[in-house]
Amino acid sequence: MTELVRLGTGAPSGRPTRIAILGAPNSGKTTLFNALTGHRAKAGNYPGVTVDRREGDLRARFTELSVRLIDLPGVYSLEPQSEDEAVAVRVLRGEFGEPPPDGVVVVLDATTIERALPLVAEAAELGLPLCIALTMIDELKARHGEIDLEVLGAELGVPVLGVVGNRGLGIDDLGALVAESGHWTRSEALREAAQADTPEQRFEWTYGVLGRCRRKIPRADHWSRRLDRFLLHPVLGPAVFLTFVALFFQAIFTWATPAMDLLSGMMDGLADWLLTVVPDSLPTRLLADGVIRGVGAVIVFLPQIVLLFTVILFLEGCGYMARAAFVVDRVMGWVGLEGRCFLALLSSYACAVPGIMATRTIPSERDRLTTILVAPFATCSARLPVYTLLIAAFIPADPVFGPFTWQGLTLGGLYLLGTAAALVSAAVLQRGLRRGASLPFYLELPPFRLPRPSDILLGVWDRAKMFLRRAGTIILCVSIVLWFLLNLPRRAADPELSAAANQQAILEGSYAASVGRFIEPVFAPMDFNWRINVGLVASQAAREVMVATLAQIYAHEDEEGEGLGGVLAGVGDGSGEPLLSRPSALALLVYFAFAMQCMSTLAVIRRETGKWRWPAFTFVYMTGLGWLGAWVTFLAATAAGA
Amino acid sequence: MDRTLAELADSGDDRLVEIAGVTGDGQVSWRLREIGFCRGAAVRFVRRAPLGDPAMYELHGATLSLRRSEASRIRVRSRAS
Repeated sequence: MTELVRLGTGAPSGRPTRIAILGAPNSGKTTLFNALTGHRAKAGNYPGVTVDRREGDLRARFTELSVRLIDLPGVYSLEPQSEDEAVAVRVLRGEFGEPPPDGVVVVLDATTIERALPLVAEAAELGLPLCIALTMIDELKARHGEIDLEVLGAELGVPVLGVVGNRGLGIDDLGALVAESGHWTRSEALREAAQADTPEQRFEWTYGVLGRCRRKIPRADHWSRRLDRFLLHPVLGPAVFLTFVALFFQAIFTWATPAMDLLSGMMDGLADWLLTVVPDSLPTRLLADGVIRGVGAVIVFLPQIVLLFTVILFLEGCGYMARAAFVVDRVMGWVGLEGRCFLALLSSYACAVPGIMATRTIPSERDRLTTILVAPFATCSARLPVYTLLIAAFIPADPVFGPFTWQGLTLGGLYLLGTAAALVSAAVLQRGLRRGASLPFYLELPPFRLPRPSDILLGVWDRAKMFLRRAGTIILCVSIVLWFLLNLPRRAADPELSAAANQQAILEGSYAASVGRFIEPVFAPMDFNWRINVGLVASQAAREVMVATLAQIYAHEDEEGEGLGGVLAGVGDGSGEPLLSRPSALALLVYFAFAMQCMSTLAVIRRETGKWRWPAFTFVYMTGLGWLGAWVTFLAATAAGA
Repeated sequence: MDRTLAELADSGDDRLVEIAGVTGDGQVSWRLREIGFCRGAAVRFVRRAPLGDPAMYELHGATLSLRRSEASRIRVRSRAS
């Protein structure tokens, strides 16, 4: 029997059966993929979350056979208009450097099946065995919609199953069905449907089939309509949004601080303890100052990262993202872009790399390129540690209004600055780039759905692990290299001087100091000292390295235990000069808002545009703007007597 | 008499209407028809975005956002009762 199944799928033995998951955007493909494979691929309640193909093996509890599932980006039809759709179609047609799949699970959202069924007619044209998974049948019932699944199965001549992906209902049956893909038949009814050439003909077929299935279109979701009335209200909507965002920025300082202080105390304690129990030697100092204090300075920002991603994942899961795109589409129109560009920009606030990948959903080449080039201006999570450190040190925590302080407002202002830079650059670029063919803009607004807390927790957990992995790899490496550069060459200790003064002498004469002094003329207009310059050079590897570098450089000056921020803003290194003046600190913040300091982003720009020209352009343009912005800020702040 | 979907939104008319057709025959029209704005489909205007454009429409149980430029290509007529 097993052998027959294998023969039936046409898969040569030794190779796993490959089953693709096809469906319209936001029909729930990735949720099903996760349920069937046990993966935790990112899903969300807005169209276009998945932009690449992704593989996973069917869980062993469904079958002993080797079945590989391929999750695809959502498509409205098999005539692709955007890069993500093209990926899906190329995989299905076997043009992706691999043979076509052995079968296809077509995922249809039961609440919008009228618009989804034509895709089945198109998929039948591929000539692959099909089965159909109807998702969100719980929502269909709740909204008083109906469909007879048995009749639908008989009409289409393929297996049809109703499932609720996020609650796991019907998943066992679907798993069993996928395991038995050899029994899926090529249906006669679908062969006829595949004859349709125009959308009109496919919809005529769809209406015919659904009519016989006693289909009743569900009512509009009551709660979504009510929430929309409120959230999309011309006055209330923006007011609610701004309040929420402001509260979030304030929370970064007010709520995350206790957790941060705890972590920071632990790191310092660990470093001090190490120095007391192990004889003082160079390797011990490398471990204590380079690794624990350097990397530790970044790890203390974990609470902020957790807070940021809890908010982002909630917004993505509940359906607000598409609404936000709907609200600002007009603004995007003034700039010359569309709502989908905004969705890609929004994901860039977590990290520009997935944000740039998300531009694959944008059909117009020109709009896509512009979005790729401006996405790195969005305030990514790597900027957050630098912002928080400098703001906490240099901006007073005086209350402005209610729970809001100058610190929260400054952070909000920096996010606004990045957004403004992205939009203005987009407007300029759109005038400079050649105009492509005009394509329609449409956006599906899914009903609001309450994300499951466990999904958010797992998502945040994954992001926290990613942050820690980054700290443990790239930031660790750079910190170690920096430690050597900051501590070499060695010089004989002067017995007349204190340990701290000797350390200071080594630091002043180190290789890193030479580098910092060498580039001093570049940043002299902003009055950055060589230590900041070393940080700026090092943060080209990753923005958070700035914090790690400063922590290492200033480790020995923190005699009163006032923390890194305290040292930066404190009275200084004995010469009576502050280590960083407030105008310089503001200039540094603006530099970080604009400058391109991320190798991964440059690499992904190269990959997605296929040319070196664009990462080079982005680097020069953004870093130039960063320098200019920092200089103007310094001048303005100095003039204002800040 | 036929109106366009954009005119429907302008007048704030939220009755269910039927699509009579999509003007033009380029890629724009083809895709609009593919996503369901196809002759015979029932559609309803829901609301406009706070800044006036785009607008939300209900089609086949789903909610879609279209800009004015696209909505003005879609011709609608009263539903035959």
